[in-house]
Order: sequence, then structure tokens, then C-alpha cells
Amino acid sequence: MKLHLRIWRQAGPDAQGHMARYELDGVTPDMSFLDMLDTLNEQLIAEGCEPVAFDHDCREGICGACGVVINGEAHGPERTTTCQLHMRHFSDGDTIDVEPWRAAAFPVVKDLVVDRSAMDRVIGSGGYVSVPTGSAPEAHATPVPKPDADEAFTHAECIGCGACVAACPNGAAMLFTAAKVVHLAALPQGRVERESRVLDMVGTMDEESFGGCTVTGECATACPKGIPLTSIAAMNREYVRAVRKRR
Amino acid sequence: MTTPPGAGAGQDAAEHAGHAAGRGREQTGRDAEQDAGHAEQDAGHAEQPPPADADAARTVPYADYRVGEPLVDRSAPDGPIAERWDRRRFEAKLVNPANRRGHTVIVVGTGLAGGAAGATLAEQGYRVLQFCYQDSPRRAHSIAAQGGINAAKNYRNDGDSVHRLFYDTVKGGDFRARESGVHRLAQVSVEIIDQCVAQGVPFAREYGGLLDTRSFGGVQVSRTFYARGQTGQQLLLGAYQSLSRQIAAGQVEMRARTEMLDLIVIDGRARGIVARDLVTGRIDSYLADAVVLATGGYGNVFHLSTNAKNSNATALWRAHRRGAYFANPCFTQIHPTCIPRAGDHQSKLTLMSESLRNDGRIWVPVRAGDDRPPREIPTSERDYYLERQYPAFGNLVPRDIASRAAKSVCDEGRGVGPGGQGVYLDFTDAIARLGREAVAERYGNLFEMYERITAESPYETPMRIYPAIHYTMGGLWVDYDLQTTVPGLFAIGEANFSDHGANRLGASALMQGLADGYFVLPSTLGDYLARLPRDEAFRDVDRDHPAVHACVGEVTDRLFALLSNNGDRSPESFHREIGELLWEECGMARDEAGLKRALERIPALREEFWQRIRVPGSGRELNQSLEKANRVSDYLELAELLCLDALHRTESCGGHFRTESQTASGEALRDDESYTYAAGWEFTGAGRAPVLHREQLNFEYVHPTMRSYA
Amino acid sequence: MSWTDAPAAPYLRPMAQVQAQATATGQSGRQASTADLLWRSTIGKKLVMAVTGVMMLLYLVGHMLGNLKIFFGPEEFNGYAHWLRTLGEPLLHYEWFLWLVRLALLAAVVLHGIAAFQLSRRDLAARPKRYAHRGGSARRGGYATRTMRWGGVILALFLVWHLLDLTTHTVNPNGEAGKPYENVVATFGTWYGNLIYGVAMIAVGLHVRHGLRSAAHSLGAATAGRDRALRFLGDGLALVLTAGFLSVPLAVQIGAVS
Repeated sequence: MKLHLRIWRQAGPDAQGHMARYELDGVTPDMSFLDMLDTLNEQLIAEGCEPVAFDHDCREGICGACGVVINGEAHGPERTTTCQLHMRHFSDGDTIDVEPWRAAAFPVVKDLVVDRSAMDRVIGSGGYVSVPTGSAPEAHATPVPKPDADEAFTHAECIGCGACVAACPNGAAMLFTAAKVVHLAALPQGRVERESRVLDMVGTMDEESFGGCTVTGECATACPKGIPLTSIAAMNREYVRAVRKRR
Repeated sequence: MTTPPGAGAGQDAAEHAGHAAGRGREQTGRDAEQDAGHAEQDAGHAEQPPPADADAARTVPYADYRVGEPLVDRSAPDGPIAERWDRRRFEAKLVNPANRRGHTVIVVGTGLAGGAAGATLAEQGYRVLQFCYQDSPRRAHSIAAQGGINAAKNYRNDGDSVHRLFYDTVKGGDFRARESGVHRLAQVSVEIIDQCVAQGVPFAREYGGLLDTRSFGGVQVSRTFYARGQTGQQLLLGAYQSLSRQIAAGQVEMRARTEMLDLIVIDGRARGIVARDLVTGRIDSYLADAVVLATGGYGNVFHLSTNAKNSNATALWRAHRRGAYFANPCFTQIHPTCIPRAGDHQSKLTLMSESLRNDGRIWVPVRAGDDRPPREIPTSERDYYLERQYPAFGNLVPRDIASRAAKSVCDEGRGVGPGGQGVYLDFTDAIARLGREAVAERYGNLFEMYERITAESPYETPMRIYPAIHYTMGGLWVDYDLQTTVPGLFAIGEANFSDHGANRLGASALMQGLADGYFVLPSTLGDYLARLPRDEAFRDVDRDHPAVHACVGEVTDRLFALLSNNGDRSPESFHREIGELLWEECGMARDEAGLKRALERIPALREEFWQRIRVPGSGRELNQSLEKANRVSDYLELAELLCLDALHRTESCGGHFRTESQTASGEALRDDESYTYAAGWEFTGAGRAPVLHREQLNFEYVHPTMRSYA
Repeated sequence: MSWTDAPAAPYLRPMAQVQAQATATGQSGRQASTADLLWRSTIGKKLVMAVTGVMMLLYLVGHMLGNLKIFFGPEEFNGYAHWLRTLGEPLLHYEWFLWLVRLALLAAVVLHGIAAFQLSRRDLAARPKRYAHRGGSARRGGYATRTMRWGGVILALFLVWHLLDLTTHTVNPNGEAGKPYENVVATFGTWYGNLIYGVAMIAVGLHVRHGLRSAAHSLGAATAGRDRALRFLGDGLALVLTAGFLSVPLAVQIGAVS
């Protein structure tokens, strides 16, 4: 099939960007969205133009590297990552708009590549259990009720792609931060540091110029891993708890 | 410019030959000096003539390799195998905690091995300088591992033990792994689970709150711990979080989006790396007291593999060029159950869990070219070829056998799907037997994944599968301390040639990565630093040292050569071509004629690469074409060594199958007499025949046996 | 802290710097007071909005129920208004109770408004560039969600008019103290009175519809199991409040109250 693409091109972090138009023929329904961009890039190289830069790596929907906004939706129309979105969800002659994640905390590096290191710093400020290598007790020393383990897993699935931030009209990282807070608070191993964790992570989140939550639900709709909106409420609960226990 | 700096082609040849010979002598001299204690042991092998194929190999210049001094693992302790690791740890010299602050360690890569090592070294007090090419350390490809992680916990009371895990791994590796290392791996496996649980890794649990385990890859004990189908992700995030804690504490300096492009060796010691900031394009030298490579395997040399798109062999290859021996490159593992590619546009394959073979039946049409839809092919016209050829094991034969069988039916023209590169994996009988719900319970996630990619429901239509490269057992040669032949350069995880021998068992990659990163390297690295001569231990390298400048210059020249070459072919096209060549001639089944064809073609392709490559853009910005072109240029050298290793090893073992060496029933036939060694290759110049150093393997505890599945 | 002479990548902020700032704002230190901590964080400020919002919501429910007394005639309605002023006597002085409520409400309105203003500015700054593609996910949030900000502004303006009309009687056509029944009827005798009130009551409904669920989230009371109940409660309250409030002008129009 033949597609009309409008893709955000921006030469560098400080450069002015614009939506560029490309025509791409020979797209097949079995291609993934990134295969399609690969094909476009091969065409651009052959024409002597610079290919479109985009982040990607595992192409199995787990590393979280890829992610672009397709027709105004983070990761496109299906609930999956961009690499797992296939062209069969589009039709011949479609015009497709491709843009980078937009958020103050995610400055554009080039074209569709953004800098998501703010999310790493949120994790670094408390998204861990302080357990130096070698100091761990025997794994069966603390049984974990299955519902708690399942709850932890559901939130641990976050791939850190940033779609929640991109989809949120406030550029908030609440769902991302909540996923880690809830994951670790659900497990006995993570409960020791639960108060300082939520206070520090939320503090860093605010420092990194992410916005706040207005419960639009866009984040949970865009999340390729289905992290529920209620995890934000759970994080708020943790936060209230931590503030109360501070005294 | 048609040749890369230092490529050693054309007029440079003479100079390089001299250089190579010089280095060879130097190497030999050093070995002789340091190995004095092992001299008598080595003597027996040093004079061994090259194997029988050397005669035929003479037609290809690269295959005319020389046999050098044998390799000896100097750091391995002796004594009873179960006590060796304890002994080594006790005998290792320690670095005073106060002195650790004075040592900088570079760790390249942030996967399971690198992430775990970076975090642990930082906890110990070393200053860690860590690199990854991704935008975040959380994205390393360990994240994509699905199945699980083995550990000899024996929670099931089903007869598992450290010794059994050791035994299974040595046997699974087809007797081409080092016993001491494998035993240590099995010992440490137990601690890994404790560590990960304490970090908050949400392993699957039973209703009693205890950890669930399952049996994996045809093993008779349930020793595989898992977190749904995302074990790699959860373990990696555990390591990443520990690493993040150390980054926040200022103990690790993390350089994301920075790719290692060369190794700096000064006075025979690895003293740093040259790396390029992928965003600004800045090429810089980074100096340290030791360098740890945790850069994964080289499976992407095959172009189509299950590796991440940007996984690459550059760090390994540049270290090899600087003197680290490359061991057993031909030991590559092929996974039988990948989703076949849908068309030429595709550059990445997706793995499906091997557990599908427990209930699915594999078949192809009896008649070649039969293009009816699968449902319309009557049973009498289907060939359930695995069940036919291996009645005892049927669809559950080991990975390599299943893979080869699939390729051979496809080569007969009986493959299905686009391009005829696929076989059916049919669940119709399982659904009839167990009910759709039970099948959905077991494989629902996988079926969904398959349907998302192919738009076919495995409940209605048989799945199509095809083998693909997904792990490389070969890698940099390391001793028991995980140190390469370059002092101060360590390799961990898939990057080393490690503990898997010629074949890796399921759920063992995660185990080895974490064992190396959390427990082994942090115990052995200190010994290297503590034994440095006092005047050298804390002497920093001057950034203006000529060797540093030379190294930065070479990297810069090479990138400049790529950028300034006004050719007409994209990096991707060369990657595709070398990958297809390797897959054809050095893939699942290899033979002398094919390998020689490949060895003749590769230098020509490399020459063409440097003549026709086109890289748009500049080097002073994010330039993904430049990154790719640079990686492909290394694949074009590595591919040659891969084929040579496959050519020289005329036996079949594990992931390496030589059609000339098989039993009457098509089984891999080992040649223990001639090949019970790890092949460590020494670089002598691009395109120049390398030197082979053999490390003889001794089996004291697990005696080589022949496997049979017929 | 850097282990190398190589310059740091300019696009990355060193972690140490982030930490220093976090500590300076009292996130990891124990020195900051609880009020300070809450007011400085987005979650804390949302908590303030939730608590003040719930206060105002409870007031609205009482207010709406009181309004319905108008259907029982001028004596009962005016008597109810008088009773509100004498509530709490003899412990409280005349109108003290009312003033206490007014002060509490004033504090709630001011805090709610300032928090909303500051959070909105922050939110808008956090997404400085809009997507070029129009009509994507932005359509999905629901009308009530997207109108929270402007709805709040409308309600604030209405509040001013409403106080000038029926509390201070500055703009009321009747404007007789102690005669709320007659004042109400007079207000709804004008076209603009009906229009302003009608628009504002629809805004109340929309604001409550999303606000209640939002408050439950901010307070951490929302769970997967309660989501349906919360939606139902929000929709129900919004409907009951809007209908209850609108019944008065409607009754004036059809002559049931005059």
C-alpha cells in the first residue's frame, strides 16, 4: 500500500523542527510500524537524504526504547508498543502523522528521539530496595502472599517507554512513578523503605518538571503494559501514609 | 578511501605482517614467562600439528592459520571441584576498602551481567564508570529473555543439587565447557535467587507464598524460577534499580547513549576505552584501572536474529583486535521456535517460548510446493517429520535437532508461508485433547503475541515457526577469574566464551549473566588490582599518553572514512548480505565447501563495503546510519573468524554441526580425541590468518558420553 | 562527581544536582514542615484540592437541600434562613455559626483556587508543545474532564455574582434583608438571572462529575473495585445537585413559586 507520511524532523536539540511530508510506496500489511520507517529510511539514504532518527532496540515490545506518537496517539491506535504495531491497522492512501513524545521533561534530541533520562533519575531517587549484593536472606525466609506477588508483578511490568507522559495532557509521570512505588510497596522486601521511597520519588518527579495528575486517564489508555489508572491513587495513598508517618 | 585505517589490505600488507609477527613473538614471550609453572603440562600440546583439514584449507589465505602456544587458565585452583571457588576467593588478594575509592573500573554494558557488576563494584567502594548505547541502562537486551532462571535450590525435593546442575550444564554443553567454571556457576546460582528476591523481583509464587518453579528445556527437575514470561525483564530491572541507587549515590557515573569503539591498552594493561557520545558525536577517551566488557553476544552478525536491533559485536571485536583472544566463535545457538519473517523488509525476528513444543505438533506437507491452506491438507498428506524421525522424543528433540530438521524440510521445498521458510506448529490435536481453555491457560500469552505479529490465530490456523540465531556461546576467552588475555580486561555474561560450552541450556543465560556480575567478577577483580605492582597500582594514565591519542585517532579516522566515502550502498544492505551469507554457509549445518565459499566471499564483500558504503549526515550529531555502518564494518571482520573457527572444527558438537561429522541417524558426532579444547584465536590483522591457541579441557567429574535421541 | 575528564553530556543533568535540589526542597530532609511538604509537591497540592473540594461539595449538598424548602412557601423558607443565623445559640452568638461556615468556605475556595491555578500553570508548562495532529487522544478524556479549568473559573465568577445578589443584595432587584424568598423570586424574574444561574449550575454538575472521582484519586480512595461506584456516585451527585438547584428557577418560571 501507499502512504502519505508527515514526520517531525528536527536536526538537533536546539534546532527548529517541522513536519516533513514523505510518500512511501510498497508498504505491506505484515510490516511493523518500525519496519515501515526502516523502509522509508532506506529510501531516504538512496535519495541521499538523512534518514529519520528514532529510538528502537528489542522490537519485541519489552525494552521500552521505541515510541512515537502516531496520529496523536502514543504508540498508535493499538494497545501495544510502536514496534509491535503492524501496518495492517492502516489502509492504503492513509495520511499518518508521526511525532516525538512531547513533554517538557522529554526534550527532543533529534527527529523522533527524545531524552527520557528524567525517568531514570526518578528511579534513582528511591525506586529500589537497598540490598547490597551478598546480604540477602534465604529466598524462602519471607513468604509473599500470592495476591501481593501478583499485584507487584502487574506494576513491575512497566517498560519505562514514557508513553504515559507523552499521552498525558499535563506531561505527568504519575503512572510511571506509581508503577514502581506500588510494585515495591506490595512486597515485604520493599516495605522497609516505603515512606522515604514515595516521598523522594515524588519529589524528584516534581523536580524534573513533569506535570501533575488531573485524572484524565490518558496515561492508562496509552500504557502498552496495561498499568491501571488506580495505581496512581495507590501511590497517593502511599504518599498520604508517608506524610502521616513522618512525625 | 577504500580501506579502513588499520585494515591491513593492499599496500599495508607487508607492514601489518611484520607487526603481526612481532606481536606474536611478544605474546609468546610473555606466556612463556608467566606460565613457567605449567610448562610441562603445556609441552604436550604445543607441538600438535594443525587438524586434518589444514591441507584442504590452504586454498583460502585466511584459513591458513598458525597454531600458537596453548592457552592455560592460570587462575583456576585445583583440588576437589566443590571447594575450588571457596579456595579461589580465599586466595584472592583483597583491596583495602579505603584503597578501593582510588580505583576506577569501567563497565561497558548494563544488561544482567553489566548492571549487576556495576552495582556490586560500586557497593564495594570502587568508582565505576559505566556505559551503554541505549538511552537508559534499563533497556539492555537481557530484558527480552522470557523463560526463566535456573538455580539449584532443590525446593521441590526432586533430587536437584548443585552437582546435578553442574552435571546437566556440562553435558548440555556437549563437553566443551570448563568444569571448574560450570561448577562455580551452579554453586552461585543459589545465591542469585536470594539476591533477586530481596531486591523485590516479583517471581511467580504459589498460594503458600513460596516461590514457584518449573521444569524447562527437557530437564527432569523443576529448577527454573520465573516471572510469567518476563523473567529477563524482572531480573534486569532488579539489577538496574540497584545500579540506579549507586548512580544516585554518586558511586557510579553512568554514560548512557555512549558507545565503546575501542580499547586502550598501555604497557600491556587495559587502561580505558574510546567511546562516542551518540548524541553529540564527541569521541573521547575514558581511563581506568580495569575494564569490564559486558556487551553481550555477537548474534547480530547474522543480520536476522532475536537479538535487539542495536546489539553489536564492536566492543568484543575491538578488544579482540587489541589482543584479547576470541574463543569458539562458531558455537552459536539456534532457537527452533521463532516467528518466520514476513518479508524482505524485516530485520528482526521474534522468539516464541520453546514450551510450545510440549503440546504442539510440527509438520509440513508431504508434497513440495503444496500451497493449500493447512486445514485443507488431509492428515495422510502431512509429514510430522520429527515424530517420524525421532519416535522416542518426537517434537521434544533438542533445539539443534529440531532446527536442522526444519531447515532440511524447507530446503526440500516443503516449507510453508512466505518464501517457504517455515513449518507448521499445530495445536489442533492439543485443543481437541485438552480443550481450548486449557490450551489458552498454558499458551494464551504466546498465542496473543503470535496473533499480534502475524494476524493469524493459532487456535484456528497452525502457527508457523522457523529457527533463528538467538545466543552465542563463543566470546572473548577468559580465565577462571573472567580475565581475558589482556591483563585488566575482563569479560562477563554472554560476552565471554563462558560456561556453556558448545550449547547453552534453557534458562541458563540469565543465571550466568547474574552469576558473573553479582558474584564472580566482584570477587576476582580485586585480586587483579591488589596484585598490581605498588608503583603502578594508583598511577593514573595521562590523557595525553601517545597510546591514548593513537587510539582516539584511529577511531576518528575510521568514522571519517565511513562518512566521507561517497558510495551508493546503505549499511543495512551490507548487513543483510553478510548475514544471509553466514546463515547460508555457517548457520545450522556447516560443511567445508560452504565455509570456504564464505571465506572467499567475505574479504571481497569487505572490500566492497569500504568502496561503496554511503553514510549520510555528519559525525557531530546523532547519526544512526554511522553507528550502524561502524558496527557492520566489524561484523565483516568477525564473520571471517566465525567461518574459520567453524571450518577448523571438523567435529559436530552442540550448536556447531558439521555435515561431514554425523552418525548414521543424523546425530551430531563429536570428535573428543581431536577437539576437546576451547579454541582461542589471536588477531594478527584484518583479513590475515589468526593464530590458534588451544585450551585443553579436562573432564574429571563428568565423563563425555554420546547423546542419542533416535 | 565525575571519574573522568571527559565533559558530561550536555543534555544530561547530573544526578547529584537533582539530589541537591530535592533535598533543598525538603523532600528527603526531615526539616520541612508537613504543610510545606504538601504544598510544595504536586500530590500534596492535589490533596489540598481534594479536601477543600469535598468540603465545598458537602456544603453544596446542604445548600441544595435547604433551597428545596422554597417549595413550602415563604414562611418556611425565610424561617429556615433565620434559623441558620440562630443555629448554635446560646453557645454561639447570632450569625456566628454562619460566619464560621463562611470563613471555612472562604478558606476552602481560596486554597482550592490557588492550588488549581498553580497546578494548572505547572501542567501547561509541562507540555509546552502540542501535537501537530489534531483530534487524537485529546478527544477521549470526556467533556467534564476537559472543562475542569474553565468550569472552575466560571464557578468563581458565579460565586461573586451570587454573593452580591443574595447575600449582600447589592445587585438584587428586590434586595430586602431577611426576605430571601422574595429576593430569590426577584432574581429569577430577570432573564440574566436565569441565564447566569443556569450556566453555573451546569458547570457545577460537570465540575462535581469529574471532581468527585478526581478527589477520590487524590485522597487515595480510588481502587479498581470502587471505580464503578465512584463514577456512579460522581454522576449521581452531579445530576442531583444540578437538578435540585435548577428546580428553583424552573419553579419560578412556571409559577409554582412566586
